[in-house]
Formats: sequence, structure tokens, C-alpha cells
Amino acid sequence: MNVILAEGLSGLSGTVMALIASLALGVTSGLLGTYVVLRRESLFGDMLSHAVFPGVVGGFFVSGWMARMGWVESEKNPLVILSCALVAGVLGALVVTVLGYTTRLKQDARLGVVLSVFFAAGIAMFGFGQPAGVNGFLYGQTGAIDATDLVLVLGAAAIVVVSILIFHRPLLVVSFDDGFAHNLGYRVMGLTLMFSVLLTMAVVVAMQAVGVVLVSAMLITPAATAHLMTDRFPRMMMLSVLFTVGAGVIGTLISGTKEGLATGPVIALCATAIFVTAYLFAPRYGLVARFWHDRSQRKRIQRENILKDLYRVLEREGFPAEGASVSAFAAERRLDPGSAERELKMLEGAGDLIRGNGGEKLVLSEEGWGHASRVVRNHRLWELYLTNEAEYQADHVHDDAEIVEHLLGEEAIKRLEEELGFPETDPHGSPIPQPSSTPPQPTS
Amino acid sequence: MIALETHDLTVTYRKRPVLYGIDVAIPEGNLIGIVGPNGAGKSTLIKAVMGVVRSTGGWVKVFGKPVKQSLPRIGYVPQRESIDWEFPVTVMDVALMGTYGKLGPFRWVGEAQRRKAREALERVGMLPYAKRQIGNLSGGQQQRVFLARALAQDSDLYLMDEPFAGVDAATESAIVELLKDLRSKGKTVIVVHHDLQSAREYFDMLLLLNMRVVAFGPTAEVFTTELLQKTYGGRLTILSEMAEKAAREGIGKIHPKNEP
Repeated sequence: MNVILAEGLSGLSGTVMALIASLALGVTSGLLGTYVVLRRESLFGDMLSHAVFPGVVGGFFVSGWMARMGWVESEKNPLVILSCALVAGVLGALVVTVLGYTTRLKQDARLGVVLSVFFAAGIAMFGFGQPAGVNGFLYGQTGAIDATDLVLVLGAAAIVVVSILIFHRPLLVVSFDDGFAHNLGYRVMGLTLMFSVLLTMAVVVAMQAVGVVLVSAMLITPAATAHLMTDRFPRMMMLSVLFTVGAGVIGTLISGTKEGLATGPVIALCATAIFVTAYLFAPRYGLVARFWHDRSQRKRIQRENILKDLYRVLEREGFPAEGASVSAFAAERRLDPGSAERELKMLEGAGDLIRGNGGEKLVLSEEGWGHASRVVRNHRLWELYLTNEAEYQADHVHDDAEIVEHLLGEEAIKRLEEELGFPETDPHGSPIPQPSSTPPQPTS
Repeated sequence: MIALETHDLTVTYRKRPVLYGIDVAIPEGNLIGIVGPNGAGKSTLIKAVMGVVRSTGGWVKVFGKPVKQSLPRIGYVPQRESIDWEFPVTVMDVALMGTYGKLGPFRWVGEAQRRKAREALERVGMLPYAKRQIGNLSGGQQQRVFLARALAQDSDLYLMDEPFAGVDAATESAIVELLKDLRSKGKTVIVVHHDLQSAREYFDMLLLLNMRVVAFGPTAEVFTTELLQKTYGGRLTILSEMAEKAAREGIGKIHPKNEP
């Protein structure tokens, strides 16, 4: 069946085959990469890609020898080469595991040791025979993928997709909470082993596109990007696949435009470009979103603080209808006239403030009264709560209230009021206002 | 009937003995607290029962059968700090995991599972947060989510590793109510606990543990100054020193029984 499929595929042009390969590789690496990133095994993937290399070189030797014996037609039989690579990868994973059981070394040190020795062995072996075609595996060459390679890539993708479909729940639980995986009766060792084998397969096929050293570009970078974008597992998987496929396809197309431009680095750079974009612009965790969020929070708090102080000035003067003077406001805020003017401009801009008498008198708008009375109420309620319920000293409660006044929601306020028996004055004797769009009635 | 029985259960970690020859038989339908100082092996005991930590000797039976056969009847609540709170799962996702045990590999999660998960979340007051990612919760809320997952498992024996660690007072009393409710339904709940004062209040029976079983019995009988001093007043110094040394030097395993 393989042969039939390969013949059917060989009718396709090189570019189409490269694109189909990128697509299949993207699905494989994108799906598995999600687990790798969440399991904190990114370095493990990197180790695998290096450990696989001596297998590739060895595979070229074995394939050449088999061709001389007349067992296979081509000196570069991809099935033989990839099988050898798979064996080397699994061997690398095994050595890491055995070192874990028999030494005190932590995972990262074990990975470092195994990664370098396997890669070194591959390079050294390369020196002996210098088989042509190894370079494609070092730097990646989707353009060189032929119909037989493509069958293998598609086969690997099919195996990975089917395995994940069947085992998605066990894999999720094992990655999230392996103690609970035991509880559910999952075979944790078996699942881990299966995952390692799938991962090695993915690495072996991805290697043809991006080269051994840059497999992380397909396995880790897109999944890490997806993790920046979402808090949902299925969505993370979908995005991870999307980014891997995107990087693969765009990278393949770009590298095809210039002779001698290896595919691997271009794909890696594309994947990183997507990563940087997400890092900056991701909806919730992106730098820009966080910056705007922090900025608007700061602005809101500043506005509430200014309103609160203006409220205090007005309150002290018995809420005069003509409003408070700019100088009294500046004195309350402890500001020079220039800074006071800037803050007043800000309130005006927000629609909280109306200025009368040539700008000298400050009156709150309906919206301004609403905000100001709410924040003053929050502040005073919280002070009362701390003194009454938490038994703070009255002179210790102000600083806490300065923060909490901006955090209390209506629901928390309702609970506070109930708990405190709908109080009318705070611990310092000041009245606690009700939210209102008009000035409170003068009390005295 | 006996819910959990261990015989001569022994665990070593990196060649250091953590638990020696634990013999205990816990009767069904009780709230049991495991108490002891730091490093006494409380969590290890639970993990060894679950098979998360490999025991080096002895056996465990749950409802008279080897643990592997009884797993569907056990609900396990891990320590909160063992969880990666950045993991992209929601409160609902975690509660649903409780239903996975009775779901074959080829079946999708359906309405029956969702209903069960919702009920469990409702019982711990976390249903309003069902769509939240687990990292965006307070410590007490996080603990409740994991209790909901255990409830969704519909187990007969619950093993909980420090469910009261780092939770607020409201959550603590909610958890206590929940445990009592489970007991009233004939369930057995075994809880690793670090606070002696409340241990006396919460549990019917106490297992005093310090690398070996110091005492096990009804709280009123076991909660004595003498026994607590024995539990908390240092380890079996010479015994554990020798056991460690034997392991370090690679000369066989000293395997002390419960002291005479």
C-alpha cells in the first residue's frame, strides 16, 4: 500500500509535497508540543533531537550497506534511516531514565550529558563516511522531501493523531497530576513510555524539515506561544498546531525562493516571529494588554483619589452650592498650582467636574458625585470594618483603606454593610455617604 | 469492615528510610486524621497506599483487596503544592477528571459526566467559578475544586493530603462539614493533618505517625500527652541513624518492626 501511495504522491510537484509535509509535521509537532511544554519537558525534546542524529548517520551507513547487499534499492532508504534514528532516540531517552534511577543527578544535568555525547557521536561517525544527504537532516530541507519521505511523514502524523485521540484523557491527567493518574488506574509508566516513543517519532520526521538542532522550533516555540494566548487546553492545542503549520508553510515557501537557504532556520525564525507577536499582543497575557490594563487601573485609582479629596474639601465646607475653591483643593492634595490644575483638567476630561466663576470654583457633576460618594463610602466602611471586626486601632486603618477602597465591589459592600449593621459614621466620626449623584444634605 | 489495611509497609526514599513497617487496620465509616511532625512520612504513607510512591516492602489492602483492584473505590486529593496552577484547565475540567475513572477510553465525556461534575462543584460551592482557569482562584477555592473532583469520583474511601493547608477559615469549616457529610453516608475519610488542636476536634480516630506507627485508635484514647510526646519528641534517633547508615553503606536493609 505504501508503494501505491508513494506512486500516487510522486505525481505532485516538489513544492506541493513540501507543503503537505509541513502541514503533517505541523500537526504532529503542534499536538505533542502542547504536552511537552505543559509537562515541562522542553529540554527533553531538545535532547531527543540531538540523540537522534547518530541514528541518522548510522542509518545512512546501514542503508548503503543494505543497498550493496541488494536488500534495498536506494542507498538512502528513508525507512531504514528513520528507523535507525528512532532507535537512537529511544536509546537516548532510556539512558536519561536509567541515570535518573542510578544517580543523584537531576533531569537537566542528565539531559545535558546525554545530548552532547549522542550528538558528538553522530558528528564523529559522519567524519568516517561522509554520506551525502546527511546535511539535509542537520539543517532541514523540506524541498528535498520525496514521495517516499512523504508517506513516512503522513504515517507518523496518523499514528500521533490516532494515539492522542484515544489517549487524550490519560495524557492530560498524567501531565497535570500524576498522583491522580494512579488513582484512576492509568498505567503511568506505560503512558510516559508511549509518549516518549511518539515524541521521538515526531522529532525524527520533523528533523527533515528543520534539522536536528532546530526541532525545538517546531516542538516548543509554537506550543509556548499558544500557552501565552490561552487558558484552555483544547484551544492551546489548536493554536499550537496552527502556529506550527503556519511557521512550517511560510518557512518552506520563503526558503524556496532562494537557492541555498536552508528550511530549518527560516522555519525557526518564522515560529519565533509568531512568538514575539503573541508575547507583545496576546489578548490577556501580552505585554501590551498588561501595560494597558495596569495603566487604566492606575488612572482609575488616581481619579478616585482626586475625587475623594475634592469630596473632603466640599464636605468640610458643608457642601456649598457654589463649590470649592481651587486653592482649597490644592491645599488638600498638597500640590503646587500647576499640578493641581493638571489633576482638575483630568477630572474635567472624565466628565466629573464642572468649573464655575472663571474656573475658580469647583463643582462635581452627577457622575462626579456618584464616583466620589462611592469611594468615600468604601474608604470609611473599610476603616470601620477594620476597627470593629478586626480590632485594629483607629489610627492604623487609614493606609489599608487607601488600597481596599478601590477594590470593593457592590457585592462585598452589601455584605460589609450588613455585617456592620448599616452604620452611618466611620471610626473618626465622619458620616458614611450613600452613593448618590447629588451632594449630600448638609448635616449641621 | 476494614477499609484500609497495611502490613509491614516500608518505604525508602533515596535510600533513606521514610516509613518503617507500618501495620494499621482502619475500620470503615470514620474520619481519620494522620498527624505527626514534619518529615514523619504522613504524605508518603498516602502516596505509598496509592502506588504513587513505590514501597520497598509489605502490602496494602483496600476493602480486602489489593489496591489496584480497589482503585475505583478510592478518591485521592493531592497536596495543593504538587499542582501546576498555570496549567490551562478550568475548574470544570478538573471536576470532570473525577468521572474519567468510570469512562472507557473510547467514550467521550457526555451530559451524565457533566452533571456529576456540576453536582460536585455545587456541593463545595464552586459552581459559579466553573469556567475559571484554576490559577485565578484563592487557595481555599483551589482546595475545594480538588475536593469536588474527589466527590465526582463517587468513592468509598477518601485519601486527602493536607486539605486544610493554606485555606481560609470559611473553607476550613466548609471542608469539615463536607467530611462529616461523607462520614454520615458511610464513607471513610483519611486526612493528613498538621494542626494538633483542630485534629482533636475534627477526627474520630487518629493515627500518630513518626516514621512508624506510634499509636492508632479513637481520638479520646490516643490524644494523650505521653503519646503525643512520643510522636513529636524526636525520631527514633539511634534506630533511624543505623537504618540510614546501613542503606548508605549498602549493607543490607535494617527493617525495624514497631518498637516493643
